[in-house]
Amino acid sequence: MKEIRWIFVAVLLLFCFDSAAETVFVTVEKDNTLALLDPLAGKLLKTIPIGQRPRGIALSKDQQQLYIATSDDDTIIIIDANTFTQVGQLPSGDDPETFALNPSGDRLFVSNENDNQLTVIDIPNRKVIKTIAVGVEPEGVAVSPDNQWVVCTSETTNMVHWINAEKLSVEANTLVDPRPRALAFTHDSQQLWVTSEMAGTLSILDVASKQIIKTIKLAVPGVNADKIEPVGVLIDQDNRWGYVAMGPANRVAVINAQTFEVEKYLLVGQRVWNLAFSPDQKRLYTTNGRSNDVSIIELENHKVSKSVAVGRFPWGVTVKP
Amino acid sequence: MKNFIYQVVNLVLLRHAAALKNRCGHALNTFPVHYYRCSEGKFEFCFTRGHFKKVILTGLCFFTLALQAAEPQQIKIAYMTRQQKVPAALSNLDPFIIDKGIPGADLAIADNNTTGQFTNQHFSLHIETVALTGDLSKAFNRLGEQGYAFILLNLPAQDLIALAEQENKGQLLFDVATRDDKLRSELCFPNLLHMLPSRAMRADALAQYLLKKRWQKWFLVLGPSVEDGLYGSAVKRAAKRYGMQIVAEKSWMHTYDARRTAQSDVPVFTQGVNYDVLVVADEQGLFGEYLEYRTWKPRPVVGTQGLVATAWHRTHEQWGAVQIQNRFKKQAGRWMEEEDYAAYLAIRSLGEATTRTQSAAMEKIKAYLLSENFKLQGYKGRPLSFRRWNGQLRQPILLAAARSLVAVAPIEGFLHPKSELDTLGYDQPESKCQ
Repeated sequence: MKEIRWIFVAVLLLFCFDSAAETVFVTVEKDNTLALLDPLAGKLLKTIPIGQRPRGIALSKDQQQLYIATSDDDTIIIIDANTFTQVGQLPSGDDPETFALNPSGDRLFVSNENDNQLTVIDIPNRKVIKTIAVGVEPEGVAVSPDNQWVVCTSETTNMVHWINAEKLSVEANTLVDPRPRALAFTHDSQQLWVTSEMAGTLSILDVASKQIIKTIKLAVPGVNADKIEPVGVLIDQDNRWGYVAMGPANRVAVINAQTFEVEKYLLVGQRVWNLAFSPDQKRLYTTNGRSNDVSIIELENHKVSKSVAVGRFPWGVTVKP
Repeated sequence: MKNFIYQVVNLVLLRHAAALKNRCGHALNTFPVHYYRCSEGKFEFCFTRGHFKKVILTGLCFFTLALQAAEPQQIKIAYMTRQQKVPAALSNLDPFIIDKGIPGADLAIADNNTTGQFTNQHFSLHIETVALTGDLSKAFNRLGEQGYAFILLNLPAQDLIALAEQENKGQLLFDVATRDDKLRSELCFPNLLHMLPSRAMRADALAQYLLKKRWQKWFLVLGPSVEDGLYGSAVKRAAKRYGMQIVAEKSWMHTYDARRTAQSDVPVFTQGVNYDVLVVADEQGLFGEYLEYRTWKPRPVVGTQGLVATAWHRTHEQWGAVQIQNRFKKQAGRWMEEEDYAAYLAIRSLGEATTRTQSAAMEKIKAYLLSENFKLQGYKGRPLSFRRWNGQLRQPILLAAARSLVAVAPIEGFLHPKSELDTLGYDQPESKCQ
């Protein structure tokens, strides 16, 4: 009887481990580490020392490698996503922060804030293909899922620059609200969502016309307008919900992607910064810079279920299935 | 032939899309399928929607405007300052900076012109340095005659007042140097904007922090100059506002010789008073630096030395500040000073306003700058804007020690119904300017 109970426990444990196959990777800016989380258990698995001031992070298309911008080392390092040993570096230019991969996963676009340019890197050859002049202090970068457009924001010029993904040249510029930070395409590549930190707004752009079709002013009762500084933004695959990390307002805005109405503000950690979906899009992970943790949001009921301490200034987040 | 025309129009449109958008707004409103569709070679699409006439009209409008738009819009900015006498050095640690303000203006011009590539605007800067004994008023008039509508002034309060009184050509003036409260809350020049925080704002910033620390008993030390007196008044106002107690007030009458001061005067000067902090008012920096570590009791020094309240400081790195610190240092070869920051913001404000309004007309620019839509990124974590009643730039104030940033005011917990930034300095009901 006892044995049966043990077997039962063992199976249960196995089941737990099996379901926790998904790993959340978080760059921890001040600790110079990469934190690994088991989101279902809500546990920090381990932290790994990595280069100086790690910020932007992305998983390679084959999910075997991680690209991490180590800003103070002026490079993007490539590490093995299983062994966490460094396997290479990409010539990112000075002070890389945010970057994006193209859909086929062989090109990386990184903004160089100090040089007013976007660097295009060929990943297999680890070479710079082109640098493209954009506005002052380029920040957020995104590639449309249909691989037509590479877009980047410039924080001081206050524009979205539209770069033809094939020709690698700027074809249009859209003026948006002050200090645009992050941007994200809808899954169908029809819309581009852009957050403006100083204005506290989210602009929704029509990709075909490059025009703003809706500006949403984020407002939380009891929080002064100048503390609402949106940064990270994501839209789910079904185009039902969009999510915006609201910085020092310590909330994630839940926006109906069909009506563009803000349906909810979810209280998370302090200075919420970047966002990532779980592969099944059932959960959303947020990095909270000042409270040093990651919040886990259950998307079925839009409730914050857990927060996991990861170290000082968690910045970027990505998920490996 | 038709195709050829379409192609030409499309080409031009692509090039000048951003600049055209605003200028052709009227035509666009009457035509729902925007020219962008046309610009992607889908002119036929518009055609079949039965808008043939409008298509042609819109096309023509763009075509003619596009031809004009090839010439960028010119925005001329002047920067006026007076040559400075190198003051007697207190120590040789920090070299005297002769050009405070100018590299800040240069950097902003470069930033504006990077943006201008996309908006088809070009910014230029003319620097007018008046000799020590030169005539400011004449130089100012000359700028007016040369058609400068936007002028940055890096001048002491007295000179600035004289020029602001003289201004009658519809010029917008940016004060990038003074801290004078009278200028901001009594004289009320309608075409004058102040980029740096006033003395009252600075004293309030310090008071908020000292209240948070519960260092409520202040010992005020006043220097010899008129400006020191003004700073002292601001400190007293802040003390009253935040329920602080000035337990002693003394004027510094001793020598300004570092060796003597250091050894004997300061302990005696500060003896016999029960206080929490020494608040020093020494804007010229004649003796303030030598108070720290030499007081009778172990007490911190704040005010114009020690912990200072400032618009900008080299220790500031948050909210993207490290980016502009690096860009500035790379260009100017030195740290960014307050006047540089002020000049940078003044020209960036103009950049923002001209981009948003697509205009270089002074009245339009001024209206935009004073409107609620104006939100300037100033690397201090909150959008900056102007107080409509007196043209003062609303901004967080840094509280900095020599090598560390201690706090940023407004300190958390000091609330305001509109903007917490308005807890600093004279708020609208307290100001004579409306």
